[in-house]
Amino acid sequence: MSEKKHRVSRRQFLTYTLTGVGGFMAAGMLSPMVRMALDPALEATGDSEFVAVGLGEDELTEEPQIVNFELEIEDAWYTSEQPRSAWIYKDGDEIIALSPICTHLGCTVNWDANEDYPEQFFCPCHFGRFERDGTNVAGTPPTRPLDVYDVEVRDGMIYLGQINQRS
Amino acid sequence: MLQKVYDWVDERLDITPLWRDIADHEVPEHVNPAHHFSAFVYCFGGLTFFVVVIQILSGMFLTMYYVPDIIHAYESVYYLQNEVTHGLIVRGMHHWGASLVIVMMFLHTLRVFFTGSYKKPRELNWVVGVLLFFVILGLGFTGYLLPWDMKAYFATVVGLEIAESAPVIGGFARTLLAGGEIIGAQTLARFFAIHVFFLPGALLGLLGAHFFMIRKQGISGPL
Ligand code: HEM
Ligand code: FES
Repeated sequence: MSEKKHRVSRRQFLTYTLTGVGGFMAAGMLSPMVRMALDPALEATGDSEFVAVGLGEDELTEEPQIVNFELEIEDAWYTSEQPRSAWIYKDGDEIIALSPICTHLGCTVNWDANEDYPEQFFCPCHFGRFERDGTNVAGTPPTRPLDVYDVEVRDGMIYLGQINQRS
Repeated sequence: MLQKVYDWVDERLDITPLWRDIADHEVPEHVNPAHHFSAFVYCFGGLTFFVVVIQILSGMFLTMYYVPDIIHAYESVYYLQNEVTHGLIVRGMHHWGASLVIVMMFLHTLRVFFTGSYKKPRELNWVVGVLLFFVILGLGFTGYLLPWDMKAYFATVVGLEIAESAPVIGGFARTLLAGGEIIGAQTLARFFAIHVFFLPGALLGLLGAHFFMIRKQGISGPL
């Protein structure tokens, strides 16, 4: 192509340079703001610490029991103690601690609470049910098992950590 | 691609005359710094507006983290500045911009004064300009309390003393602004509302009037 065919008019040149410079300035101005707004979504979530739940290993049985404990939650500029609970029991040598939050829409499940479904976790909201090991009962609304806490035993006392999803 | 989208819309809504009418006009030689460098003084109005735009944008983003409550205000500002990525930059833009907007506005006022641009037929625009001046001072005053630290608190104590010293209505004005006798919970909530809703609303309205008059009357002539 010859030079002539490629002539850039004065108007075109100005349009390109002004849009370029303007775009650069707008980007410089807006990018810190947008990054700031996106911060919560981009922040890495840290593993939570283990907390003592005030229950000894020897108090556990094969029967799930509810344990209530407090967890220190740091919510940006607001730190508070918030209640948490777990259904906890022994399965042979293993200690299982299940989250009581229904995997359907987040209501709270109860062990052995409905006479029609003994020995199961029962959710009153839409009649979701789970087996003792947390597996969801087919044909009820929940689509995955109850979440499990990481469990640690220190000096005979139970400590619960992060909550993990099972698929 | 962009051109095609534009053409598609234009074909249906005929938007070209709309923006041409706003954007397409001659810049007279005497206000163009490319002709006489000293004409840069005519840029101060536009620069004031530019900083105002920065204040509005950065302010909107600050509001995502800031809470106007005496228990948490300071902590929320601390958090957005030190824990949120680029929060320092955005708060910095708003903090320094607040001073810069007043400097720019002052220089713009000087230009208008020394070029005699306030004379007939532009008297009304001078009046609107003075109102803009007060609104922006008000934004600076109300915004200054929001971080709720020592400097913010005592600056407001002094500011409200000044309001109180006005004859007759002083006491009433002070109580109204502070939202009671105590400079505290109600003062902060009120200053926040004034800072982010009332004054920005007034500011945009006045700027609209300002620009409408400039477009209608043109820039004042050379000296
Ligand atoms: C010309 C316009 C404005 C001026 C002059 C101004 C001025 C100020 C000043 C002086 C502060 C204290 C900043 C500091 O000490 O670091 C402040 C804080 C604040 N402003 Fe504005 N402001 C303006 C517009 C706005 C708008 C439109 C919004 C929201 C829509 C806003 C939201 C805030 C917030 C949330 C704070 C508290 C956060 C902080 O202190 O960093 N501002 N403003
Ligand atoms: S929330 Fe538990 S069944 Fe719907």
